Amino acid sequence: MIEFKHISKTFNGKLVLDDISSHFNRSKINLVIGTSGTGKSVLLKCIVGLIPPSHGSITFDERDMVRGNKSTIISIKREIGMLFQGGALFDSKTVEQNVMFPLNMLTDMPKSEKLDRVNFYLKRVGLSNSNKKHPNELSGGMQKRVGIARAMVNNPKYLFCDEPNSGLDPKTSLLIDELIQELTYEYDITTVVVTHNLDSIFTLGDYIIFLDQGKKAWEGTSNELFHSEVKSLNDFLFASKMMRMIKNHM
Amino acid sequence: MKGVGKYSLFLRSMFSNRVKWKTYLKQTLGECIDIGIRSIMIVSIVSIFIGAVTCIQISYNLQSPLAQDFLIGLGVRNMVILELSPTVMAIIFAGKVGSNIASQLGSMRITEQIDALEVMGINPTTYLVLPKIIASVFMYPLLVILSGSLAIYSGYLTAKFILPMAPEDYIYGIRYMFDPYTIEFAIYKSLAFAFLVSSIASYKGFYVFGGAVAVGQASTQAVTNSCIAILAADYVLTQLLL
Repeated sequence: MIEFKHISKTFNGKLVLDDISSHFNRSKINLVIGTSGTGKSVLLKCIVGLIPPSHGSITFDERDMVRGNKSTIISIKREIGMLFQGGALFDSKTVEQNVMFPLNMLTDMPKSEKLDRVNFYLKRVGLSNSNKKHPNELSGGMQKRVGIARAMVNNPKYLFCDEPNSGLDPKTSLLIDELIQELTYEYDITTVVVTHNLDSIFTLGDYIIFLDQGKKAWEGTSNELFHSEVKSLNDFLFASKMMRMIKNHM
Repeated sequence: MKGVGKYSLFLRSMFSNRVKWKTYLKQTLGECIDIGIRSIMIVSIVSIFIGAVTCIQISYNLQSPLAQDFLIGLGVRNMVILELSPTVMAIIFAGKVGSNIASQLGSMRITEQIDALEVMGINPTTYLVLPKIIASVFMYPLLVILSGSLAIYSGYLTAKFILPMAPEDYIYGIRYMFDPYTIEFAIYKSLAFAFLVSSIASYKGFYVFGGAVAVGQASTQAVTNSCIAILAADYVLTQLLL
C-alpha cells in the first residue's frame, strides 16, 4: 500500500498541493481525478520522487520515500513503472531498445532472456511487429503502448500512469484503459492513474481521490462517486458528462 | 551565487548512484564520435584559415627592413599554440558542441525522458552527462592538436605560395627557440576549456523548464556562458602557468 500524509507543495510561494493525505490500495486501480490545474500530476510526481514535497510523508509498503536513505529510495524506484503523459520514449532508440532499456540498466539478464521478455510485452500491448521502429514512426496511441510495455518489462510492484488517455481517440483510449486494467489484475500491481477522462473513471476506478484547487475534496469507491454531496465533484462529473454527450453527437 | 552552488551540486550528483562500467564505455564511445569525430571538419576548416590569415597579418606587421622573415614563422607558431588553437577553437567548440549538448538535454527534459530515467532509479546525470564530459575532455585536446598542426601547416603554404618569402625561413622560424612547454600549456588549457564547455552546456540543458522556446534559450545561454568561462579561465591559466 502507498500512503501519503499531509503532502503540501509550493512553487515560488504558490501553494499547489495543500495538506493532502490518503492512500492507494494494493492490487487495485487507484484514480486521482480533477479538473486541469488542480495538482494531480504534481501529486503523482511527488509520490514517485520526481518532485520533493514541501511537507509531508510518503511510504511505499512502510518504506519512506521522502526521508528514507538513498538505497531505500532507489530500491523503491526500481519497483516503479511509469507511463508518462507524452510517452517519454527515448527518441534515439528503437521500440525494442526502449522497452529493453530498464532491463539493460537494472538487471544482469542474458540478452536472449531480455529479448524474450521484450517480445512478450510488445505482443501483450499489441505491437509485435514494431521492434525496429523509432518512436517518431509511431502514432500517439502506439507510443503510449510502448510506454506501458517499458513500464511493465521489469515486473514493477507499482504502476503510475499520468493522463494515459490524453490526446487519444475514444477507441484507442478504451484500449489503453483495458490494457492497464488487465495488467494490474494479472500481475497484482498497485496502479495509480491520473485522469480527467470520465470513461476511464468508469472503466478503471476501484478507488478514487478527487482533487480540487490543490486540496483533496473527496475520496471513495467508484460506486460512491455519484452519491457524493461535494459540489465541486458533482460539477466536474456534470461537465464531463456534458462533454461526452457533445462529443458523441458530433 | 545560487547558480554556482546549483552547478556544483549538479557536478557532484554525477558521482552518486553510478551505472554499469559497460554502459559508461558504450555511452562515452558514442559521445566521442558525436563530440570529437563530427567536429573534425569545422575545426579543420577554421584552423586552415586561421593559420593562413595569421601568417599574412604577421607579414603585414613586419614590413620593417630590420625584421627578418623567420619571425613570421615564429609568430604563427606561438600565436597558434598558445592562443588560437586552444582558445579560439574552444569558442567554436562551445558553438557547435555546447549548443548541441544543451539542446539535446533540454529536449529530453521537456519530453520527460529525463524524468523517465529518474523514475527507473537511474541517475540521469551519471548516465547522460558524465559520458559527455569525459568524451569532451578526451576529444577536445586531440582536436586542438589537429587544429595547431593544420594552422601551422596552412601558414607554411601561405608563406610558400602567397607571401614574398622563402618557405625555409618559415620553417626556421617555427623551430627557433621552441619550448615544448607551450604544447603542454595548450593541452592544459584545452582540458580546462573542454570541461567548462561540456559541463556548463549540460547544466543549462539539464535544468530547462518550459517548452521549445526554453530549449532555444538554454542553448544560447550555454554558448554565451561557456564563452565567458573560457575567456576568464584563459586569463587565469595564462597568469598561473606561463
